[in-house]
Amino acid sequence: MNANLNLLIGLAMGLNLLSLGSSRLPNLIRAMSAQGVILGVMPVLMEHEVDWRVTLIALATIAGKGLIIPALLRRAMRAASIDRELEPLIGFVPSLLLGAGGTIAALALTQVLPLLPEHEGSLLVPGALATLLTGFILMVGRTKAISQVCGYLILENGIYLFGLLLIKAMPLLVEGGVLLDLTVGVFIIGIIVDRIQRAFDSLDTRKLTALRE
Amino acid sequence: MNSLLLIIVPQIAALLAMLWPGNHTRPWFLPAAAIVHTLVAFCLFIVPPTVAPDAWMGFDPVARAVLPAVSLLFLVCAFYGVTYLKVRGERPNRIFVGALLAVLGLLSAGLQARHLGLLWIFTEAVTLAAVPLLHFNGTPRAFEATWKYLLVGGTGIALSLLGSLALGYASLHGGGTGDLTFVALMSQGAGLSRPWVLIAWVLLLVGYGTKMGLAPMHTWKPEAYGEASGLVGAILAGGVTSVAFTAILRVRSVVGAAGEGAIADRTLLAIGLFSMLVAALFLLGTRDFKRMLAYSSVEHMGILAIGASLGRAGVAAALFHVWSNSLTKGALFLSAGNIRRAAGSPSMDEVRGMGTITPHSAALFVTGMFAVTALPPFGPFFSELKIVRAALETGHGLATAMFLVCLLLAFFGLTRVVFAIVDGRPRNASKAVGKNFVETAGVILPPLALLSLSLALGLFAPTVLHDAWAAAVTQLFPQP
Repeated sequence: MNANLNLLIGLAMGLNLLSLGSSRLPNLIRAMSAQGVILGVMPVLMEHEVDWRVTLIALATIAGKGLIIPALLRRAMRAASIDRELEPLIGFVPSLLLGAGGTIAALALTQVLPLLPEHEGSLLVPGALATLLTGFILMVGRTKAISQVCGYLILENGIYLFGLLLIKAMPLLVEGGVLLDLTVGVFIIGIIVDRIQRAFDSLDTRKLTALRE
Repeated sequence: MNSLLLIIVPQIAALLAMLWPGNHTRPWFLPAAAIVHTLVAFCLFIVPPTVAPDAWMGFDPVARAVLPAVSLLFLVCAFYGVTYLKVRGERPNRIFVGALLAVLGLLSAGLQARHLGLLWIFTEAVTLAAVPLLHFNGTPRAFEATWKYLLVGGTGIALSLLGSLALGYASLHGGGTGDLTFVALMSQGAGLSRPWVLIAWVLLLVGYGTKMGLAPMHTWKPEAYGEASGLVGAILAGGVTSVAFTAILRVRSVVGAAGEGAIADRTLLAIGLFSMLVAALFLLGTRDFKRMLAYSSVEHMGILAIGASLGRAGVAAALFHVWSNSLTKGALFLSAGNIRRAAGSPSMDEVRGMGTITPHSAALFVTGMFAVTALPPFGPFFSELKIVRAALETGHGLATAMFLVCLLLAFFGLTRVVFAIVDGRPRNASKAVGKNFVETAGVILPPLALLSLSLALGLFAPTVLHDAWAAAVTQLFPQP
């Protein structure tokens, strides 16, 4: 079971690098939604007996991170008629190098952290750390609002990966609330993106400079 | 009297307000719900209910020490809101009123949350519910402010979730059963895994610190407070920050029980002093009187963090400061909102002589400014004095000196902007805009009420209040 899980986490980490290296927004969104689907499958793999709670989490994750949010983002992208990140603040090659370096650092850091016996040898913690870092690089290093939203989502994916460590111990309420709130958050971010687009006719957050000290 | 009423009443009012057809009558839902909320809050305050130790929600001593202040602030702001929305009658206020009431309910829930996960959910929900309030004006600048608020606030909220998970893992690693109530976490004490507790503390401090507006995570504040109406600024600065601060206090108590209290205190002290310094320097540079209030808020969040780092006496003083800061800052935001509307611009380059155009608001603004810079006998003077005393008693001489220097710098910064706006001869442009603004009782009495409350807090804070703060300290520090 652990081997299958690690394979999936490895795939998700590969998608991190793919999203860091892609200049076209549809590719970025595709990588992100693929990561969402992979994340959704993981809880089912982790549990020996799959009950309704785990199934619900899996379905909600796949629907939210894999389908609904990417669809919303594609709509926002079409509305703004942009599909490229032209001038990133951190170039594509440097972000890739940062991401790769971060992945190695995450693996090294995990050796230091005390883990429960059943989590030893699992890629969950390094995967979570690497995904968090990817999200941060995208949020800081990209200028288009859609890329930043993708970065935020990948950051959330990293948190979700870490949350999988606790899926048995955490009560349903927390899990449900987490999913719901994150999804709603992105919905609202999506609406805002839409409104910003109307106000600025471009999704370039560098133009958001009227409020500078 | 059930403390869940504090959550349910505003939510039902929010729902009704969203369904209510009349745009002119809808704002009255605000004071109606606020009056009920304040009555319930003060009944519970005087006769505190017993809370089961393992309850996930409850009006416990910590909630009792903070929630009535938020309720009182909202009550006054609700009456201001009726007049404000009458003046802005041209804009549909369905979502604004609904969101404002939802924020009140969620704030009450967040303050009463005794469970790590629930606390996070309510903080997240408050963050999202406040979004429509920020872009009520619908200008491009308001959208920009909202975008930054969401991006920075969203990241902060994400980090606090990660911190909550790390604390959960610390408990699990120490043999915990997955019970994430603060009581259970504290009883685990030294059994919590130390490295994970420290990771959790850093993440939670950064995460909830972002919501509080501690430097360097304060960058959303000037934008959001600068663009939002005075009413929204008052609620954000006095209500939302209080929830984040109680969250930090509750987490701090767990970290203290795990035996890492000294490290937690050092980080709180450092981040508090840094916030005060950053705020003081920006106060000396800003030319916009609404952004000035945002930096002043950053400064006072720094004061709260410093108070929280100074042990039992410091935390009691910080809880006192939550009250005095919420009420005084509310008066400042509301009077600044009046001046902003009458002046047509928030910049001291374009506005002056507001003392003749809006004499009452200007008088309140100046008095409020002196109150917030700790002029006796207003509330902030006494709460800051208590923090200074706690700092000296615990041997933080250097920190106290820095604290006082920052207060002085902030005083220079605030007086510089405030008097540039109030004094002098009004510009012609301001005169033209100012004619359309009438200082009715509806916009003058609320800030006056808040300022009087701040004065009353300084002159004769009742013993029951001091008892409430002491009870909260006992809950947060079970062993002296």
